[in-house]
Amino acid sequence: MTARTESPDLTLTAEATAGAGAVPASRRPTMPAPAPRRNRLKRVRRAWQLYVLLAPTLLYFVVFKFWPMYGVQIAFRNFNPVDGFTGSPWVGLDHFRRFISSFQFEQLIENTLLLATFNLAFLFPVPIVLALMVNHLSSRRFKAFTQTVLYAPSFISTVIVVGMLYVLLSPRSGLVNHLLGFAGVEPIFFLAEPEWFRPVYVASSVWQEAGFSMVVYLAALAGIDPALHEAARIDGASALQRIRHIDIPGILPVISILFILAVGNLLNIGFEKALLLQTPLNASESQIIQTYVYEAGLQQAQFSYSTAIGLFNSVLNLGLLLTFNWVARRFKQNSLI
Amino acid sequence: MTSTTFGLRARRPLANRIPDRGITITSVVILSTAVAAVLYPLYFIVIASLSDPAAVAGGRVWLLPQGFTFDGYVRILADSAVWRGFGNSVLYTTVATTISVCLIVAGGYALSRKDLPGRRTITVLLVVTMFFDGGMIPRYLVVKDLGMLDTIWAVVLPGAVGVWNLIIARSFFQVSLPDELREAAQLDGASDFRFFFTIAVPLARSLIVLMAMIHMVFNWNAFFDALIYLNDADKYPLQLVLRNILIQSDLASTGNMTGDLESYAETQRVGELIKYGMIVVSTLPILAVMPFLQKHFTKGALLGAVKS
Repeated sequence: MTARTESPDLTLTAEATAGAGAVPASRRPTMPAPAPRRNRLKRVRRAWQLYVLLAPTLLYFVVFKFWPMYGVQIAFRNFNPVDGFTGSPWVGLDHFRRFISSFQFEQLIENTLLLATFNLAFLFPVPIVLALMVNHLSSRRFKAFTQTVLYAPSFISTVIVVGMLYVLLSPRSGLVNHLLGFAGVEPIFFLAEPEWFRPVYVASSVWQEAGFSMVVYLAALAGIDPALHEAARIDGASALQRIRHIDIPGILPVISILFILAVGNLLNIGFEKALLLQTPLNASESQIIQTYVYEAGLQQAQFSYSTAIGLFNSVLNLGLLLTFNWVARRFKQNSLI
Repeated sequence: MTSTTFGLRARRPLANRIPDRGITITSVVILSTAVAAVLYPLYFIVIASLSDPAAVAGGRVWLLPQGFTFDGYVRILADSAVWRGFGNSVLYTTVATTISVCLIVAGGYALSRKDLPGRRTITVLLVVTMFFDGGMIPRYLVVKDLGMLDTIWAVVLPGAVGVWNLIIARSFFQVSLPDELREAAQLDGASDFRFFFTIAVPLARSLIVLMAMIHMVFNWNAFFDALIYLNDADKYPLQLVLRNILIQSDLASTGNMTGDLESYAETQRVGELIKYGMIVVSTLPILAVMPFLQKHFTKGALLGAVKS
């Protein structure tokens, strides 16, 4: 009995030892795993000087990008300066509820989306058309002159552009109202009338920024093989046909990337100008989410509430970006992510 | 060629029968209008800054200054706030540009090295911040916690590195520094530091100039960080001084009708002149260096486009 009991024991041990011996065999392919780890450590150690070069940049991102990102949690807390980001009492979605049920909510969303959409609808196509036209011209001097002049306003600061709007649109002494006077139009107080806010904003954006994007498109157009144009010309293609079948397809990847980027920043871009153009009289149209965050957060010190609104804006923005990126991918154009 | 053109012409749809010259004429007309729309307001501001404010207000200034005066410029140049703002802007722009360029070139170089362990993870993390960030308020609280409020650091640090610029720098090094060059240097015993400082940086001159230009213009024109982080008016950069003169004063004066009328009218009169003059004084430096900057910006646009 003992022998019986012992023998299975023995076989078991034998099996166990056999098994133990078999285990490394079956794991052989993954056996070298510890080696790359050591290798990796070695590679990390060997690259220490590169990490030193990278360190200040990483530190910058940790302090000014990731730390605020971590601080976003105050949107779910009642922030007080003593307890800081993590110590303030938790309130869940209270701030979001308060924002969504506040009387400004609908107006803010409407103002933000309308302003962003109008701005994109004009600011996006205008540079493409301008670039195609400049590219079509044969006079090199006129081309260079146009490009330089249209590009110039993008160097002028937003403060100055808005300052110019204030003096040029002034109801008493402004150039625009004098011009309108010739046409028999009564002076318009552009910056005090809410319905004029968006047209003024969009027109000045086009004035200031169209030239910059135009130059990007011109750079892309310069990359198109001139042989394509020559061949098309020999085949009798008109200028319009060449623009439609050579130039536009040639810059389509750039258009698609810039479009996704523009959509990705749809709700952030131009907030500084909205703030500068805002007067108490046009606030019913000029108050957008971002200017409201500034007002509620920095002027009224409602830190948690305004962070929640900002987060709401970011999430909305991210959603738009991902949607359009997905659409672009479906159409087999370049996508960003 | 003519026969092909002739043969095709009959079958072309209407839109394509618009002759090429029609396209050219339309382009020239539209572009000329656009050029005029950009130039005339700028020109008008220059002549208005040299004209009698009454003539400007009366709509009598169109092509040439009326009632020529330097009064506005004399007052602007005598104003200490303007000069202090100018000095602050020069300081902030210089410091911020130096910091940005150093961080971008060093960081971009490190990220361009394929043998940097963790490079992919780091890049992804950085790109995330491009599309999602903590927002204005948490960033303000961080700057406040760091004790940077009302110091130069609040103006020069929070916006120092843009991810997009970092990616441009990374692509620049990937394209312009072949691996063989580094391997050869390594064989000769050059460390990463040595390679970076004696080979990569000198070869990256065009990148450094481009980044310096971008950041100079950006920092010179920036006002928002100064607006939220600075309280002390003595530390205001020029753009913030401009904002107070050009934008705030207008609103304040329309509701602020106290004092005797004559002095108010006088203030208004000279105030307008000063506004036109301020726009000229603050725009002139940047437009004067623009032809030089433009070359580099075009290159940058190309770099970005190639990267895409």
